[in-house]
Amino acid sequence: MEIILRNIHKQGYSPDISSYITEGGYKALEQSLEVKPGHLLSEIKLSKLVGRGGAAFPTGLKWELAHNAEEYPKYVVCNADEGEPGTFKDRIIMERDPHLLLEAMAICGRIIGSTQGIIYIRGEYFDAYEILKKAILDAEKRKFLGRNILGSDFSFNIRLYRGAGAYVCGEETALLDSLEGKKGQSRVKPPFPTFTGYEDKPTALNNVETLSNIPEIVLKGGEWFSKIGSPLSPGTKLYCLSGNIHKPGVYELPTGTPLSELLGKYGGGVEGKLKAVLPGGVSSSFLTDRELSVNMDYPSVAKAGSALGSGAVIVINDTHCMVDIAKRCTEFFAHESCGMCTPCREGTKRAKEMLTGITQGSGELSSLELLRDMRKVMYDTSRCGLGQSALNAVVSAIEKFRDEFEEHIAAKKCNLGICSG
Amino acid sequence: MVEPLEQIFASCKVERKELIPLLQEIQEKLGYLSDDAMKAAAEFLHIPPSAVYGVATFYNQFRFVPAGKHPLKICLGTACHIQGSKLIMEAMERELDIKAGNVTPDHEFSLDRVACVGCCALAPVIIDKKTVYPRMTPFKVEEVLALLKEENAHGRLPTNEP
Repeated sequence: MEIILRNIHKQGYSPDISSYITEGGYKALEQSLEVKPGHLLSEIKLSKLVGRGGAAFPTGLKWELAHNAEEYPKYVVCNADEGEPGTFKDRIIMERDPHLLLEAMAICGRIIGSTQGIIYIRGEYFDAYEILKKAILDAEKRKFLGRNILGSDFSFNIRLYRGAGAYVCGEETALLDSLEGKKGQSRVKPPFPTFTGYEDKPTALNNVETLSNIPEIVLKGGEWFSKIGSPLSPGTKLYCLSGNIHKPGVYELPTGTPLSELLGKYGGGVEGKLKAVLPGGVSSSFLTDRELSVNMDYPSVAKAGSALGSGAVIVINDTHCMVDIAKRCTEFFAHESCGMCTPCREGTKRAKEMLTGITQGSGELSSLELLRDMRKVMYDTSRCGLGQSALNAVVSAIEKFRDEFEEHIAAKKCNLGICSG
Repeated sequence: MVEPLEQIFASCKVERKELIPLLQEIQEKLGYLSDDAMKAAAEFLHIPPSAVYGVATFYNQFRFVPAGKHPLKICLGTACHIQGSKLIMEAMERELDIKAGNVTPDHEFSLDRVACVGCCALAPVIIDKKTVYPRMTPFKVEEVLALLKEENAHGRLPTNEP
């Protein structure tokens, strides 16, 4: 069951507009021009699609808020700043089926009443940028974008904006500040971007994968979509498998596919003996072999104490030291914290210091409790998801592999010989 | 003002939101952001130089010293870390005889660490401009460098296998 990668996996499929049209591309946009935006909106709501960037916010509700906002101009912004370590799904969509994204954005524009779309694309994605640039020109030539699309009164343009390398810009309000030429630092919410977004105008901001579901929902109806996968967060999900796995890559499967099936049947099994899995990138919590039966949908992974996030499934085998990996996670967040709010700026730095100390034999047992408290404070008081989730991986590693941490602290050594003494 | 900057400014609107694309273009032309270039950008956009410097230093993409002819980046993201990127970094530092964040004395290579470039299925990776070298090992590091050095010496292109 593939919705997003359905074209990509067809033999001879290319990112060209002709390939997309042959496979029925832009039919959904054509159809959208014949019905009222309100009707399209009710289909999106009926589909129960939730955001695939990590926050799992209902897309229909977001678009309804933007649709109802009465200020103009309105904007459609696509978050293509894929930066969560272990995530490489949006890149595949943009490089291999760029028109799917463009069509979806135009439909979004039609629904909320916007004539301008912006794709904020990760700076390192050179190929995706060039491919999208060409795709926009081709779509304009064929009247799928630009003024009076397909002879209707609806006009919609898309421009590309290259990110400059900041993980925090994956957070929607930091992304908007970055688009405005500022440092990417998150804003206080509310007001939400649906009312006060890009240049303080109503903005529908969605992840690439979320948007890529839209054309099929328009063609086949919200009810069809709502019956795929797990009922609470239906549809499919792109899972990015990496780490100690035989067949790393992107797999599109119905939501709710058990983690064990993803690793075994699709990933070809774990290389060596499984130790831990991060189901949603470094901002999620570690799962162990006892939790492999978890269904990979947003509510189920949350119930298991972790998060599905962007779907970055990172597999770790028993040749790895969890203290070392936890330290690496803290280094990442200490570097990427935008510095706007104190709990995150200081918390990520202190966590990195503590973990570095533990790996170098100067750690203290009390740090383990302190880190747990810090995670709670940072969750409660950080402005955005970065600070709120920065210590998830570390604290879950301490909870699930406490003996490894204690060994590093008490015996001042790493049994696997990975941490420098 | 340096000449290439004038060309860039000529095609840029005087709007604050143009700052990041403007800095990207300057860096593409000059290879880095010099103090003078940042001051010129500030003057052009009518914003304080501190605002330009603040934005430029906030983002990882911008650099303030010229990069080497081959700006090598080693991914230390989680997936690459699990596949041994630390060893790749150590091998590269040893081979180039510089630490990450520095440039070789002959300006042929610069070495930087990056956190995840979105090619985790190819981990661990080294990036040279737009070329991705997949599934690196310390031994392959030597091979890649030998290839690039040969290119530097003879102007030959390395085989690109992203």
